[in-house]
Amino acid sequence: MQSLDAEALCRQLAEQMRPHVSPATTLVGIRTGGLWLAERLHALLGITQPLGAIDVSFYRDDYAAKGLHTKPQRTEIPFNVENAPVIIVDDVLYTGRTTRAAINELFDYGRPASVGLAVLIDRGGRELPIAATYCALYLPEPLPTSQNLQLERDEDGSLNLRLIDA
Amino acid sequence: MKIRIANGRVIDPANQTDRIQDVYIADGKIAALGHAPDGFVDARTIDATGLVVAPGLIDLAARLREPGFEYRATLESEMDAAMAGGVTSLAIPPDTDPVLDEPGLVEMLCYRAKKLNRAHVYPVGALTLGLKGERLSEMAELVEAGCVAFSQANVPILDNTVLMRAMQYAATFDFRVWLQPIAPFLSRGGYAHDGEVATRLGLPGIPVAAETVALFTYLQLAKITGARLHITRLSSADGLRLIEQARAEGMDVTCDVSINHLHLSDMDIGYFNANCHLVPPLRSQRDREALCRGLAEGRINALCSDHTPVDDDGKLTPFSESEPGATGLELLLPLTLKWAAASGLSLLDGLARVTSDAARIVGITKAGHLSVGARADVCIFDPAAQVRISRDTLRSQGKNTAFLGLELPGQVRYTLVEGQLMFAIDHA
Amino acid sequence: MRNPQLNKNGELQHLLTLDGLPRDVLNAILDNATPFTEVAEREVKKLPILRGKSIFNLFFENSTRTRTTFEIAAKRLSADVVNLNVSTSSTTKGESLLDTVDNLCAMQADMFVVRHAASGAPVLIAQHLQATGRDHIHVINAGDGRHAHPTQGLLDMYTIRHYKRDFTQLTIAIVGDVLHSRVARSQIAALTTLGVPEVRVIGPKTLLPTEIEKLGVRVFHDMSEGLRGVDVVMMLRLQNERMNGALLPTPQEFYKVWGLTAEKLALAKPDAIVMHPGPMNRGVEIESAVADGAQAVILPQVTFGIAVRMAVMSMLAGQ
Repeated sequence: MQSLDAEALCRQLAEQMRPHVSPATTLVGIRTGGLWLAERLHALLGITQPLGAIDVSFYRDDYAAKGLHTKPQRTEIPFNVENAPVIIVDDVLYTGRTTRAAINELFDYGRPASVGLAVLIDRGGRELPIAATYCALYLPEPLPTSQNLQLERDEDGSLNLRLIDA
Repeated sequence: MKIRIANGRVIDPANQTDRIQDVYIADGKIAALGHAPDGFVDARTIDATGLVVAPGLIDLAARLREPGFEYRATLESEMDAAMAGGVTSLAIPPDTDPVLDEPGLVEMLCYRAKKLNRAHVYPVGALTLGLKGERLSEMAELVEAGCVAFSQANVPILDNTVLMRAMQYAATFDFRVWLQPIAPFLSRGGYAHDGEVATRLGLPGIPVAAETVALFTYLQLAKITGARLHITRLSSADGLRLIEQARAEGMDVTCDVSINHLHLSDMDIGYFNANCHLVPPLRSQRDREALCRGLAEGRINALCSDHTPVDDDGKLTPFSESEPGATGLELLLPLTLKWAAASGLSLLDGLARVTSDAARIVGITKAGHLSVGARADVCIFDPAAQVRISRDTLRSQGKNTAFLGLELPGQVRYTLVEGQLMFAIDHA
Repeated sequence: MRNPQLNKNGELQHLLTLDGLPRDVLNAILDNATPFTEVAEREVKKLPILRGKSIFNLFFENSTRTRTTFEIAAKRLSADVVNLNVSTSSTTKGESLLDTVDNLCAMQADMFVVRHAASGAPVLIAQHLQATGRDHIHVINAGDGRHAHPTQGLLDMYTIRHYKRDFTQLTIAIVGDVLHSRVARSQIAALTTLGVPEVRVIGPKTLLPTEIEKLGVRVFHDMSEGLRGVDVVMMLRLQNERMNGALLPTPQEFYKVWGLTAEKLALAKPDAIVMHPGPMNRGVEIESAVADGAQAVILPQVTFGIAVRMAVMSMLAGQ
């Protein structure tokens, strides 16, 4: 597997998105990794609309089984979703369930004009019919389920991707 | 029928006896101790090796729920419980339905009990008609029918003039008056001892003053009227102190405590355990300790079960809506033993409170002791056995008690009433 | 004796009282309430957490207001809510409390929100569910007798934390009819658990329960003494039926001595907040100028109450 330089992937992703960004474009990061990435993209792309943040804890489809185990944080959508072009940002696309929850939650704020999905990496293993609009890296082989890929942020603010045995 | 109880440790508080010896029973009476009387031929031998042979227990308060409350318990079920508990004499409070205020009812109760041929019953008649605290009952007639004392059970008289007249009238005949100290208005609407636990749980409280104010009134009226007063179900240290003060002034007054108040305090209510809903309420730990000491030192004269069978419907409700009371006949002996051991008392002194001392309060002379010639009411128990109290093992129809699930000392092995074996567990 | 509100793993199975709840559980509920405050600002004020769940509002004592806040909370979590006002008369006609509960369990209830006039009624229901092996059904106490009103206590804590941040630096006074107040008991339990160094109760001796000081509070009878230097004033409601009789001579005298006026409030810290569980008796417990004044946070209490109840329902359902 090629080395995963999160900073480089982030820049690549921004370049993919740049031609499609308009003054009306809004970004919503999924807490926590997606939000870090969205903050970067927001700056790199010079987006003028305020950045949104989503916590999908309440919309997860395994809520009844797993409950509120991590402390949920606020969902903050500081712009009007109605008729806005929205790009949801997440670090890693895997089963697609988190994206599903985020789309559902977004629609409780209004009816967006369009919804896109930007991710650093698509690790395969989809369980829902969801695909990224923008993706910096598609892994050629799906990662085994025993492994976790996640974005981390250092104290100096630099982003790293880490592969962990679950 | 003749019975020899062999090799038992005979503990007879009335005679200050505690020794291993044989007991010979003939014609329903104690025929001899130690050596067989002339011409005694065993009809049956009970091997009491390792067991205690004591007088059958005398319970100052056992509600058998007849008449009126047969859905909760019947004379049969509760008599079985008494036999299983080694209790051979029962004083019955008058709060049946109808109330024991008519000679006919008392005769019927005595007749029914006699036919069952188990524990002896000693009805306590109602002091006032219907326990209403308005008109006096026919005390002379009631005594003729079998009543041994008069009480209001736990229904206080509102009008002190009526109470005074009732005590005067009873004193005319030197009848015993048993009163439970409950000041009517101070206890109204309360369900638990007015203290930290009630405050925490938000249960309306009953202050100790509900007991002491009533006690003070009763003691004053007894002094004026000369009534033979016995105070039932003492619950507080302050109440005991009032009684001792009256005694110091020369008054002859006795009192008892229930097994519940001896072993439980308001802390045991825990998360609204309705089995701890009792009258009077369970008081503080400090009160409980004072009651234990008072009983150990004989300042409290007797211990009773205050047996009050309540069915599950009466207990599976919020605390304040539940019916007060707990089953007790089968717990009287174990809880006497537990208290005696905890108080460092000998079995002889401990058992006195449920035999000879209790007999004196009821006025029973033929039983409560094992003298030659006494009625052969005998309780034979294994003092070393530990028994877990459970709904399945209780014979009383009332399965509700705060002691469920606990292991208590003492197991009754044989109960004899008038020389007849009425209950036996054979560990063959 | 197992704490009836915790399950075998020590997790919150029911919410029955705040008395005895550990500090981290209280804090977890308050923390979890924060994200729910934002739901009210959305276009669609709904979260899918309790989709398909049936919640029965079982009110044996009428209270439209409390029932409504639970109903809103449950509906914002997408639950199906059934309101039952079980008048006490129908239970005396024969059906016992537990019969009613069993009936509703047979209708696949997932959660009961119980209001009852008798202290301990929700505890009894929880014990019954446990004894009959129905551990998947949850009970929330919406006020029982004088015992507890845990969600009110929690929303009060949320409000205090919102305005004052650190519990360990506060002096808090609870004023009025503590004797009959389940709210006061829940407040005292939570405040002492959360480390408030001084909790005061102020009122006439007739309205303060015996040995209340053993719950960890300081007792005052004089308002000006009790309010001096406090950060939070929590007023209690005085029920109409207690106003004239053996507990208090008249509401007028109560107001004169223990009513919260601007003048008395001036003795508290300048930034003290004033709370009230509602409904208020203006001119009995509190002066209108105070109730509507800048220091009152009575309406935010109501708003926070919905978020806190959503948090509690979510946490119970998610165990």
